Amino acid sequence: MIFACRNVWSRKTPLNILNRKTTRFWQFSTKAVKEEKVKFPGVTESYFTDKMQFIQSVNPIPTYRVMDRQGKVLDPAQEPQVSKEFALKIYKDMITLNILDLILYEAQRQGRISFYMTNYGEEAYIGSSAGLDSQDVIFGQYREAGVLLYRGFTIDEFMNQCYSNEKDYGKGRQMPVHYGSKKLNFQTISSPLATQIPQASGAAYALKRAGNKNCVMCYFGEGAASEGDFHAALNLAATMQCPVIFFCRNNGFAISTPAFEQYKGDGVASRGIGYGINSIRVDGNDVWAVYNVTKAARQLAVEENRPVLIEAMTYRISHHSTSDDSSAYRSKEEVENWMRFDNPIVRLRRWLENKNWWNEQEDKSYRTFIRKEILKSFSKAEKLQKPSITDLFNDVYDRPTPNIIIQREKLKKLIEKYPNNYPLKIFKNEGEDL
Amino acid sequence: MNVSSLSFLRKFGRIIKPKNIKSTKSIFGTRIFHKSFSSSTQSPPPAEGFMPGVSESKFIKNTSEDAMNNRELLEFGVLDGETKKMNLFQSINDAMRIALATDETAVIFGEDVAFGGVFRCTLGLSEMFGRDRVFNTPLTEQGIVGFAIGMASMGHTAIAEIQFADYIYPAFDQIVNEAAKYRYRSGGLFNVGGLLIRAPCSAVGHGGHYHSQSPEGYFAHTPGIKVVIPRSPIQAKGLLLASIRDRNPIIFLEPKILYRAAVEYVPIGDYELPLGKAEILKSGKDVTVVGYGSQIYVLENAIKMAEKKISGLSCELIDLRTILPWDVDTVVNSVNKTGRLVIAHEAPQTSGFAAEIATTITENCFLRLESPIQRVCGWDTPFPLVFEKFYVPDAIRCFDAIMEVVEF
Repeated sequence: MIFACRNVWSRKTPLNILNRKTTRFWQFSTKAVKEEKVKFPGVTESYFTDKMQFIQSVNPIPTYRVMDRQGKVLDPAQEPQVSKEFALKIYKDMITLNILDLILYEAQRQGRISFYMTNYGEEAYIGSSAGLDSQDVIFGQYREAGVLLYRGFTIDEFMNQCYSNEKDYGKGRQMPVHYGSKKLNFQTISSPLATQIPQASGAAYALKRAGNKNCVMCYFGEGAASEGDFHAALNLAATMQCPVIFFCRNNGFAISTPAFEQYKGDGVASRGIGYGINSIRVDGNDVWAVYNVTKAARQLAVEENRPVLIEAMTYRISHHSTSDDSSAYRSKEEVENWMRFDNPIVRLRRWLENKNWWNEQEDKSYRTFIRKEILKSFSKAEKLQKPSITDLFNDVYDRPTPNIIIQREKLKKLIEKYPNNYPLKIFKNEGEDL
Repeated sequence: MNVSSLSFLRKFGRIIKPKNIKSTKSIFGTRIFHKSFSSSTQSPPPAEGFMPGVSESKFIKNTSEDAMNNRELLEFGVLDGETKKMNLFQSINDAMRIALATDETAVIFGEDVAFGGVFRCTLGLSEMFGRDRVFNTPLTEQGIVGFAIGMASMGHTAIAEIQFADYIYPAFDQIVNEAAKYRYRSGGLFNVGGLLIRAPCSAVGHGGHYHSQSPEGYFAHTPGIKVVIPRSPIQAKGLLLASIRDRNPIIFLEPKILYRAAVEYVPIGDYELPLGKAEILKSGKDVTVVGYGSQIYVLENAIKMAEKKISGLSCELIDLRTILPWDVDTVVNSVNKTGRLVIAHEAPQTSGFAAEIATTITENCFLRLESPIQRVCGWDTPFPLVFEKFYVPDAIRCFDAIMEVVEF
């Protein structure tokens, strides 16, 4: 800094780094100095005070909702004017996600797939997907299957990824639920937490430069928001004025760690303000609240090139993953109460029923229908072979490097030497094309 | 980066006054060395950019004709063009200028790059291309690399600067877990081929723990990225342009001691040098000597000493240039011819990149080896301040290793 300061003080500086706000710095107020503004370059809007006061907290950020748990709209002005068809698509996607989770969770329990993560209790995030444009780019964590489903990721595509079969876009390289889709602008999921958040800022900057009237949507949990990458990303997005929406799914737990051991401030939304980012907290079990907030955030991002932080409050009904038994750290009763008394699917169904757009009979028959579809897809995916073994070596670089070619050759020879020691049959081409 | 790096810069970095920003010729056209420099350990540390032997090096292209005598440049149509005298930071600056001029999506960012960078590598670029293309970021390495990955994932070209290679570790997760695996994990749906990370590396006389490191060994262990280290201005420009345009994420390490010390006549045109290819700088029949970056000049002097000492001895010197993926064939062919190998790098010995080279050569040239392979590396300690001259694999240590393999 000392280094650069010489330029700051020089009027002749060719770098125009004196923005309008800091030029005020040279003007001395002619008013009687009652409240003197500070002149430090580090803050521009502060006044001196002779009272010593540590700031402990501000009022907690309220939680925006559109309908109550019974699906009753609180303020008619806040009710989104959506068509029956649109509302039913969201609802059906929520049910589909729910049944998909049931079936794949069971499949993992039976050892048919290696891993799974359900979305129970967080189905209302489909509302955020509905608030976006299909060309908006999504960076997710690993509980955004609903967002992907709404975009048009098919049941087959979900199944193929979880089964690591030859139709998996990821060529069987990543664990289940690490989805990605080029055509749906959904960047492939990775396991390391929060890494996608600064990436989302960078992608948003690229969209802005390209002049696309689109934004980036970035999902993460309240646990991931403790990572350094969260801090880096929000600060970058604010200083670079990136059209990005940060969507924090605050479900109260990071695996077994409850939110009160995760942070001591007012959740995650309050942090956004410290970065100079428009922030809002929303009832994450209210699909319309999530939808409204996302639409409004998108407008801020796209029209004004501003980042927005949304904190959606919810409860993780499910275990963290199939590797977790959450009864070890919370009571079954607590979980059941959430399921029974604040369920995003039930809430939307009541809203639909209030409008006479849906009824129990339709609900039953749709659930039966979609269950059959999912099971059909499930057996289809299970029967497919795994990707070709040669895919183990592809895509590390744009072209295989010499050492990779040599190593592929070594594996080929090894397989020829010990064919009975490898499960060749289940792989496409059975290693013949290595 | 922090207070210590700034005081470090003030100590030996010349502050560029605004009036000099337009024309740097007057400042950098001639090399400025501390005349009082002597190799006595009681003398103050040399000024930044002073590296004994570089200006006298046979590998430095001191004339335009010399610069154009380069078969690798044939296909780029620059051989009948002009050359310009440039030091290393100017040639890097020139490469980035060409990269931005030829690629609308290319941007440069990092800490303090907008005013020209603390080593002057981005001088004038923000004025030329605008602050939306050459801009400062907040002080966050993990953020810089994450941001760059995001841009590259959209198909843009992101040239990120990490102020010193010593400060790249906060971004280690983003580099190793994200950038390197982006294409592979998505099955090729997405990639970050347009990503390049530049970082000044290696010893500088008095950089201490955190202004001297050579982290290439850490990254060489990561499938999916490439690691490149140039030795001179001509090399830096060609390798940097190739790296920016290569469709894989690349870490480009610049030996900071050469920023001002290495001056060459550099073709002003747009040209690239091949990645993954080593260069034989000097042919020989008795010993193969391998290095990269500023170590090349140390090795050159060590070879001179050895060849003076033993009449008739001839050493082959190879500049690896690309650390990952490295050019196994060139080194194997050389060792098959000479039967002896010395590898030198500043980074600590244990698990340093020399270990990888040595193992590969043992596998491939076992029957041809006449003596054990010698590694001449930094000791297995943090990079020390006052003991630097005893720490680095200097010409004496490299000379001694050559003698070891010859006399074995």
